[in-house]
Amino acid sequence: MTPQNIKEKSYDLIIIGAGPAGMSAATTAATKGLSVAILDEQTSPGGQIYRAIKYSPLNNPKILGKDYYTGKDLLQPFEKSQVSYFSNSVVWSIDEKNQVAFSYHGKSQLFRAKKILIASGAIERPVPFPGWTLPGVMTCGAAQILLKTSGLTPKTPLVLAGSGPLMLLIAVQLMKAGVTISAILDTTPKGQLWRALPHFANALKNLPLLYKGMGLLWTLKKSGIRFIKHVKELKAIEGIDGQLTGVIASTKNAMVQLDCQSLLVHQGVVPNVQLSRALGLDHKWNNLQVCWKPVVDAWGESSRKDIFIAGDGSGIAGAIAAKWQGKLSALKIAQQVKNLGDGEVESEVKQANKSLNKQQAIRPFLDQLYQPAQTFLTPPDDTIVCRCEEVSAGEIRQIAKQGCKGPNQAKAFCRAGMGPCQGRLCGLTVSNLIAQTNQVSQEQVGYYHIRMPIKPLTINELADLSD
Amino acid sequence: MPTDSRFNRQPIRESEAIQVSINGKKVMVQPNDSVAAAILLSGVDVNRKTPVSGKKRAPYCMMGVCFDCLVRVNGEENIQGCMVKVEANMDIQTQDGTRQAIK
Repeated sequence: MTPQNIKEKSYDLIIIGAGPAGMSAATTAATKGLSVAILDEQTSPGGQIYRAIKYSPLNNPKILGKDYYTGKDLLQPFEKSQVSYFSNSVVWSIDEKNQVAFSYHGKSQLFRAKKILIASGAIERPVPFPGWTLPGVMTCGAAQILLKTSGLTPKTPLVLAGSGPLMLLIAVQLMKAGVTISAILDTTPKGQLWRALPHFANALKNLPLLYKGMGLLWTLKKSGIRFIKHVKELKAIEGIDGQLTGVIASTKNAMVQLDCQSLLVHQGVVPNVQLSRALGLDHKWNNLQVCWKPVVDAWGESSRKDIFIAGDGSGIAGAIAAKWQGKLSALKIAQQVKNLGDGEVESEVKQANKSLNKQQAIRPFLDQLYQPAQTFLTPPDDTIVCRCEEVSAGEIRQIAKQGCKGPNQAKAFCRAGMGPCQGRLCGLTVSNLIAQTNQVSQEQVGYYHIRMPIKPLTINELADLSD
Repeated sequence: MPTDSRFNRQPIRESEAIQVSINGKKVMVQPNDSVAAAILLSGVDVNRKTPVSGKKRAPYCMMGVCFDCLVRVNGEENIQGCMVKVEANMDIQTQDGTRQAIK
């Protein structure tokens, strides 16, 4: 890994994001003799899953568990490689000539590449319910980032609410850190396990992950933490100081109110499509994962030649899958740039595909099992949907009834999606609500047109590129 | 049941602490903390009031997606607190309502 001074501005390959897919692709491509730059928003490599893997300060490695520290196996070869790594580099545009513009320590830079690999990973699915904007409510992923980077654990009383493997994992991690969890409110709908069972035979191809999941459930059961299943609705309670003071959970037959100062929420993760959308790449709606995915081939090449997507950004499959996807994309890119014959990469491709298939085999089971409850896809009317512009679900339904056909018209009707997050936290919900109200499909409703720059810029940063 | 009124630091390998100022209050933090983490650790909890309704907001995603942790850092406004590391003597201010383009 070369130092962070900018000398070269032209590369064979530019990778965006230094998580498992990005690091693995970079190392592979550099080994094949390509010049590689990797642009990463974070201050050090790892992505979110291996966030702060270089310096994570926790004394007790048992808190995060050994899977986290396997990130070092990706980091070490990456750091030894001839890759130019740029931290704190926020990509805000890619143009039709494959020029990548990014902010780097307050100044804009422009790099050029023959090939581009987007490895910008996943974001947590928005979890809209009444009160989710209150201080004190944060995502399970956010709590995990604070634990990994700073060794911080949330205020108590603490309640976790939602569905999915990450919620179970952070619950166990916080427990191991000695934090008292008042309750876990599991919103996984009743009957999901039955619906997921047809996919179980395939899931058996990834026994280690199944064992890990069962281990988490067993640890939580043994711990005696109050575990409320089949929660149908959530409502966070606002105190007189405008902050979280409690949560109300409704099940079929009962309503429970719990005091809490922290509420960690989660409804799974979805591809971060901000850049792939801004590039106008083809996307398809996925009914099982209930989200959009960019269309890619077996190598990760998108609908635009020379632009590849690897890792969770091309569809959720987890960190290990991301590593192999990154490798596959890098091998294809190396073949294209260096005119290598199939024979020169054959054995590596074979191994990567074999490992990737094993990782992907368990996904349909997990996707079905932890599919979000309808209330988090199309929340009740009094829920803020667009956090930036404070637009409610009721307003979106209202404008849909008035004839609004899609999310881009919704912007003009009510400003949903026009705040600083540029639709990241409301895009899925706004489209879902319009589809539900007008009784049409997601494909018909579509998604926000995302435009460059995909991150807010200062005028100075924009003017840097004026010559 | 014991309660913690603020975010708590687990036992860590400590680096030399640095001092930052949050709304004028001096706070000692670790050099790898983000601005958003420093705010939560200090017990300030709320980093902005929204431009639309004036409601209080705090960091939500911690990974640069939600833009709810916007703060003023060394005079520059609308900085994502979760994406910036603390630096010695950094002046961190919470934001209240709409930003002014021209002052």
